[in-house]
Amino acid sequence: MKFVQNIFDQTRPLVEKDGKRNLLYPLHNALETMAFVPDHTSHSGAHVRDAIDLKRTMVTVIFAMVPALLFGMWNIGRLHFGAFGEESSLLDNVIFGALKMLPLITVTYAAGLGVEIYFSWKRNHPVNEGFLVSGLLIPMIMPVDIPLWMVAVSTIFAVLIGKEVFGGTGMNLLNPALTARAFAFFAYPTWMSGDKVWINTTSADGGQLVDGYSGATALGDLATTVGQGMGNPATETVMAQFGPEGTYSLMNAFLGLIPGSIGETSAALILLGGLFLIFKGVGSWRIMLSFFIGGFVMAAIFSAFAVNEFMGLNPLHQLMLGGFMFGMVFMATDPVSASQTATGKLIYGFLAGFFGIMIRVFNPAYPEGIMLAILFMNVMAPLIDHYVVEANVKRRAKRLANA
Amino acid sequence: MSTEVKTKESLFSKKNRQLLKDPFNDNNPITVQVLGICSALAITVKLEPAIVMSLSVMFVLAAGNVIISLIRNLIPNRIRIIVQLVVVASLVILVDQFLKAFAYDVSKQLSVFVGLIITNCIIMGRFEAFALGNGPWKAFLDGIGNSIGYAVILIAVAFVRELLGSGQLLGKQIIPLSWYIDLDKGTGFYANNGFFLFPPMALIVVGMIIWAQRAKNTKLIEEN
Repeated sequence: MKFVQNIFDQTRPLVEKDGKRNLLYPLHNALETMAFVPDHTSHSGAHVRDAIDLKRTMVTVIFAMVPALLFGMWNIGRLHFGAFGEESSLLDNVIFGALKMLPLITVTYAAGLGVEIYFSWKRNHPVNEGFLVSGLLIPMIMPVDIPLWMVAVSTIFAVLIGKEVFGGTGMNLLNPALTARAFAFFAYPTWMSGDKVWINTTSADGGQLVDGYSGATALGDLATTVGQGMGNPATETVMAQFGPEGTYSLMNAFLGLIPGSIGETSAALILLGGLFLIFKGVGSWRIMLSFFIGGFVMAAIFSAFAVNEFMGLNPLHQLMLGGFMFGMVFMATDPVSASQTATGKLIYGFLAGFFGIMIRVFNPAYPEGIMLAILFMNVMAPLIDHYVVEANVKRRAKRLANA
Repeated sequence: MSTEVKTKESLFSKKNRQLLKDPFNDNNPITVQVLGICSALAITVKLEPAIVMSLSVMFVLAAGNVIISLIRNLIPNRIRIIVQLVVVASLVILVDQFLKAFAYDVSKQLSVFVGLIITNCIIMGRFEAFALGNGPWKAFLDGIGNSIGYAVILIAVAFVRELLGSGQLLGKQIIPLSWYIDLDKGTGFYANNGFFLFPPMALIVVGMIIWAQRAKNTKLIEEN
């Protein structure tokens, strides 16, 4: 590593304030802090520093995402070869998925960091680690077959409108990764929904799709049952898929053996990441728990008063489908856009889960209910915090008056 | 009675030119005063209705300003809003009938928004703030200036939204059809951005214009 350090040391005079290439300072700084622990020391006064700085937090989240990401890669390959009825080994699947995933990740980071570096340079800030997590989250919540430039445009929009206009990392009102997905969903609905984009079906050797191939997601299939009523023979074939032997069985949905956005399918591995986040103290258990309860309550109410099969789905099964788990662990817990107070977090999480399932079931055209619900609650979070703080002030004032 | 000697002001004195120029940038009705946002949202999906809307507002605002300015000394102060409404409503009905007679398709697209010019905040705002206190020529210039300020933003937003949202300008295809992705044939690389057809995108585009304007024109930035 010494020679990398040397490169940074040698080029530093060039990019410093009166150096020849001082415009490149933010880039130099970003790469250097990514590679090494910064040796900046404070010059005045005594400071106690917590070891868990922004970089540590971000890297912890990245670690938590790795299992779901690797599974997503494997799942891309599995679904691709499965669609042609071909046999494939574990390695084949992962390699195929990695080759699909790498361009997505590269494009997201290039687009997002490009905007970030431009603004840091304009504002004379060092580039911070804020985009590290968003840049990995965005490819994980995209369908595998989305054109790369759409990912780039959505990322640029999210970083620009979702984050930089409010003042950059830590000032954003909305979760940037979800902003990117919401933009892509409304801008290019053909590539973000339907049954053409979730499984890659471009064959190198002219293979034929297997009989009965369907590229739809579980929620997409469920949406077709709306308006048919309960126990209708027309919905039987769809609902059979959700039975214990079907493609979308509870077990398959839990393990993630279903089509969907790249990283969102495996509830089990996402939960593993969630536990890691809670254990490290980075993710808020309050939000995750109340989010889950909120979704469960809504799903339970629906299945108790079901008028169609979508509503009637077993609540636990409902929560395993779509982006619910991913939203719960990685999206709703974003420390900037979520509520800050402890009570506020409980209310915020509960309502996000509650509305998420509600949007998804009431309007099957928006299977992305979780995304919309979290974005909505992001906007509401400061309001929730305000009333929680007010209530606390009132309670203490009363206590003082009574004492 | 003032004893001051009145000097004759030329038609396009510096002050009068300022009336025309000011609303274009420093005092733009949409981006600085944030008035007339509703119509900027509703009719900027396509360029053509935006242009027709701008012309209609220009006529109503200029003519209304002159009329109000002419009768400004006759209007009892207490009922001035009603008088203003009568004037603007009559003018809007004229515009509406004119559009129905000569540009039926566009008037269909604009639907209620022609009628809603009556409640356009810019118009009432200029009557109240300017026409009631100034002579007809000045009021006319002020009306023209403000409606140009309104039109520039409206047309800019509509230009961006129609080009990116439908790939067209004034209903003509600008982006070659062969560029579009055909999922069945697997050709092409481009797709229209459907988000630009939704009203929220109009607000975002207006916001970006405000951002760019303030970056250039630093005296607009409030101190806080």
